[in-house]
Amino acid sequence: MTTSAVADPTAKEWTSDEPFLVVDDLTVKFPTADGLVHAVTGLSYKVELGKTLGIVGESGSGKSVSSMAVVGLHDPKRTRMSGSIRVGGAEVVWLSESKMRRLRGNDVAMIFQDALAALHPFYRVGVQIAEAYLSHHPKATKREAQQKAVSMLDRVGIPQPDQRARDFPHQFSGGMRQRAMIAMALVNDPKLLFADEPTTALDVTVQAQILDLLQELQRDFGSAIVFITHDLGVIAEMADQVLVMYGGRAVEYGTCKDILTTPQMPYTWGLLESIPEMDSDPTQRLLPIAGTPPSLLTPPSGCPFHPRCRFTGDVPGDLCERELPELLPGIEGVRHLKRCHLRDSAEVLSRAATSTRES
Amino acid sequence: MVGFVIRRLLSAVLVLWVTSLIVFGIFFFGPSDPGQTLCGQGTRCTPEKAELINESLGFNDPVVQQYGEWLGGVFVGRTVTLGSSEIDCPAPCLGVSYRTREPVWDIIKDRYPATLSLAIGGAAIFLTLGTTLGVIAARNRGTTLDRAMVGGSLIMSSIPYYLLALLAFLYLVQVWGIFPSTSYTPITESPWEWFTALLLPWLVIGLANSTQYARYSRGSMVEVLNEDFVRTARAKGLRERRIVLKHALRAAIVPVVTILGLDFAFLLAGTIFTEQIFGIDGIGRTAIQAIPLQNLPVISATVLIAASFVVMANLIVDILYSVIDPRVRLT
Repeated sequence: MTTSAVADPTAKEWTSDEPFLVVDDLTVKFPTADGLVHAVTGLSYKVELGKTLGIVGESGSGKSVSSMAVVGLHDPKRTRMSGSIRVGGAEVVWLSESKMRRLRGNDVAMIFQDALAALHPFYRVGVQIAEAYLSHHPKATKREAQQKAVSMLDRVGIPQPDQRARDFPHQFSGGMRQRAMIAMALVNDPKLLFADEPTTALDVTVQAQILDLLQELQRDFGSAIVFITHDLGVIAEMADQVLVMYGGRAVEYGTCKDILTTPQMPYTWGLLESIPEMDSDPTQRLLPIAGTPPSLLTPPSGCPFHPRCRFTGDVPGDLCERELPELLPGIEGVRHLKRCHLRDSAEVLSRAATSTRES
Repeated sequence: MVGFVIRRLLSAVLVLWVTSLIVFGIFFFGPSDPGQTLCGQGTRCTPEKAELINESLGFNDPVVQQYGEWLGGVFVGRTVTLGSSEIDCPAPCLGVSYRTREPVWDIIKDRYPATLSLAIGGAAIFLTLGTTLGVIAARNRGTTLDRAMVGGSLIMSSIPYYLLALLAFLYLVQVWGIFPSTSYTPITESPWEWFTALLLPWLVIGLANSTQYARYSRGSMVEVLNEDFVRTARAKGLRERRIVLKHALRAAIVPVVTILGLDFAFLLAGTIFTEQIFGIDGIGRTAIQAIPLQNLPVISATVLIAASFVVMANLIVDILYSVIDPRVRLT
């Protein structure tokens, strides 16, 4: 792609060899009866081995669609994709189905949100894990695969793994199922792991356990993790880098600390505002982001967030309605990118914060 | 599981008992006069003669007594007096045919292999053909192939079955002679003749019924292919063939099993058109021949056989559910 230099101003910072996953100007569109759905537009990010990228956004922001594109889970007949995805230096966007299949579940694995729906209800848990192992180790015997499955269940902290391997998914508790899902994803030692809202369906204690488990496994396996969620609390715990998506585009990209402490884009700020704080006044109302997510069939003109943004007045003229801001370094420099016309967003946002609190 | 089967078998017996009561009731209270029909077969019939036959067959006895005699015969056998002859009818005695004077059970035993052969072969064809077409259409949904298959199946299933069977017989056997016009031969006598005689009837049953199986399995597959666990199978890097057959079809087959159970039961109860058109002496033909003669024992026996197959098919379908889907518990 010729646009890589433009779309990727952080290039200088990544001085080491190319990161394990490089997504460059990725665009995913789905032709439907109602028209073309612009699910992901011009998305670029990178993840190094041993690091975690958190992708945040509301439903329909394109976070899952972009990840499924990396794993090659979109039906090529129903999807239009452009851009570049390099996994371990190899381009996967135009990879043949048979080569892609060797990558899936092997170098690149995925953990899904609802483990009850994502595990096959009719097969024993051990068999499903062994199947994942066998499909990438054709020389292994069924017995070896079964043993591998049991040891993986043990590794993810399932008690009596040799017995539980013979259970069906519905006989597991929610947390256990997610552990089994993780065991299945990790059975082939993937270098890159996509976790698509893996804790959303779980209660908070189990959620904490699963997050701990993922961090521990990441230390042991040294894999790169892309963590998709809409829960900023989870992001704060897991992510090194954070990518905020809105309407199929990256709107803010930087280190976890920068994004969470000095958000530069009104949308991220809105996300943070909508979280209750431990020490805040319990009678105070949370601040939701007004309006509805943008249509991906007919995206709004200009900045996709402008119909819901409270700060369009701080931008001269009708720039927000007319022109799509580029993802550019903010005042903090190249490690923190934002897609916003506000020159010094942080200053505007903190001013707004004070006024909200006082009112 | 064992308790479930026992309970279901007990309720099956109850269903069959009620069915036998209804069949009996219809004939007793309905406008039937077997004596008139029976004596009309031979020489001139006087009302006295018909009355005599009715009397000898016990039709003038109270219904409870008649039913008691019939039911007793089922368990211990009985001797049936038909006109001047006494016919021994061992258990399970479902009565004696008024026409051939054979015990009905012997007739059924004699006719049944033909119906069973027809049903199994036909079901094997429509199940495999239908689901294969359904899976192919589901995997290509929205394409021209899919639309052609859906449209084709709609046209096919809107042709009345008897017309299809009749045309197949007329053209493929009589006009073009592609299939031999041999009549049904038991498999024990000549497997080859059994096969050749049944091939066309199998194909006709198979083709005619495959369309609805194609539609059912297509709909079910389209749904399952969108399930999360199919996406997981794909994310594991499995081969497409394995994803479709082991992961998707295994789940999609459940609703197909339901209708298969009932269809198969109806086939076992006798395929009247098929047997009539292709000249196969099965249970359906036996029933249809018995009706104009008011051959009560044969009719009630075929109805009971049909009812017991429907009941059994339901039981087998329920057991199959628990085999296919481990979440189903039989209680």
